[in-house]
Amino acid sequence: MEIITTIINGLSIGGIYAMIALGYTMVYGIAKMLNFAHGDIIMVGGYTIYVTMNLTGHPLIAIAVAVVFCVILGVTIEKVAYKPLRGASPLAVLITAIGVSYLLQSLAQIVFGSAPKMVRIADMGSLKIGSLKIQVYTLVTLVCTIIVMICLTLFVKLTKTGRAMLATSEDKAATQLMGISVNRIITITFAIGSALAALAGLFYLLKAPSISNTFGSMPGIKAFTAAVIGGIGSIPGAMLGGFLLGIVECISYKIPIIAPYTDAIEFLILIVILLVKPTGILGKRRREKV
Amino acid sequence: MALLEVENLEVYYGVINALKGISFKVNEGEIVTLIGANGAGKTTTMQSVVGLLSSKSGNITFDGHDISKLPCDKIVKLGMTQVPEGRHIFQELTVYENLLLGGFLLKDQKIIKEDINMIYERFPRLYERKNQIGGTLSGGEQQMLAIGRALMSKPKLLMLDEPSMGLSPLLVDEVFDIIKTINNEGTTILLVEQNAGKSLAISDRAYVLENGRITLSGTGKELMSSEEVKKAYLGG
Repeated sequence: MEIITTIINGLSIGGIYAMIALGYTMVYGIAKMLNFAHGDIIMVGGYTIYVTMNLTGHPLIAIAVAVVFCVILGVTIEKVAYKPLRGASPLAVLITAIGVSYLLQSLAQIVFGSAPKMVRIADMGSLKIGSLKIQVYTLVTLVCTIIVMICLTLFVKLTKTGRAMLATSEDKAATQLMGISVNRIITITFAIGSALAALAGLFYLLKAPSISNTFGSMPGIKAFTAAVIGGIGSIPGAMLGGFLLGIVECISYKIPIIAPYTDAIEFLILIVILLVKPTGILGKRRREKV
Repeated sequence: MALLEVENLEVYYGVINALKGISFKVNEGEIVTLIGANGAGKTTTMQSVVGLLSSKSGNITFDGHDISKLPCDKIVKLGMTQVPEGRHIFQELTVYENLLLGGFLLKDQKIIKEDINMIYERFPRLYERKNQIGGTLSGGEQQMLAIGRALMSKPKLLMLDEPSMGLSPLLVDEVFDIIKTINNEGTTILLVEQNAGKSLAISDRAYVLENGRITLSGTGKELMSSEEVKKAYLGG
């Protein structure tokens, strides 16, 4: 029965990774850049929840404020830091993203200090089904992340804006010829990615209710790994990679001999997959046309 | 009245002077062709006019608007679009989705549906393959889709960059027939072609582009009988 609990835990943490990975993969697919500040948006979301919880004591308000604040922040970062570099070398954009990441971490340290803060959002307790004991927050996380992913998939598949996003990720010139503003699509992508990051911050806090300025680093790196494993640029790939990594992580924690090496094992999977299939599991090699 | 007027268009790629100040115009209702060899600057001209190239100088006026500084999506909104060289259809989207994207600027769902049905009537092959993804279509079908997709935005000016490239002779004839039909229905056409014979035959007027300069211009018939054009582009 233990294995079922482990897999549910794995899917739950995997759902969080998948949500963050979606931000990486969508931005990469559409703006062709790796947004290394994405993990720090999770941290900002976490602190926003911390502040609004202290002010209002109401979780739903805290979540809403965090999502709105992260969307504004993500879009602003894109406008101020990345947009002027459109057409610059990818390395310049990458270094800028790393710079933005440090900027956010340092600002958070100045504002909130370096000591971790406790954030109590809601105590949901645990659930017993026969001999199965499951923390309620894992189920809440799993259900919420799945709902969000279904909504996102439907949005991309069925709406005009979603189709324009797919078109932009495939062929920017042709997309513009349809009368679509690629800049607007990039803004929307950053907004969606940041909203997902804020939600990921929430779910992370449910799991471990303590936040510091490096709160987003590890989930950020893990989710980036998940995005690459699944095939960067691919939306289903990010979901698959996230769940895969989450399950591996939870199973590995349960096996005493390898438990201390869990992070190493996850990154090893990345290396193996890149060796076997450099484009990631669901990634496609784009034919570069002239 | 000139629908499109290009004055003194100049484009540099780094230090290379790709267009050395060309001027031409397209009047409402015309088919105008730019012919020229590889590297003459035809595609550069097309991309500059539609706003895909921004590092350019000179004046471009379309339908009374100065479009020389506008980005591509704004220019398309004014009623001009392009079937780009190499077709550039969305390979991972279905034929239907490609057409929907072509109608991105239209607001009314009913009109979009009607327009797509009209495209299907014009190109029955696209109807047969409406749920197939773009990348699996043959070259000819992709060209039909690219033209159909461009027509969805109901452009006043349709620009086509090498529409006959890579097609079998039979399909080439079909493509030129389609262009002629679209023009007869009221759409002004600016065409870029290496197939000088076929394009001059359907053109009202044409310009010859050589090394970034316009060296010759006239009606389609005039250019077809010009000795220079015969020698350089029509195979003697």
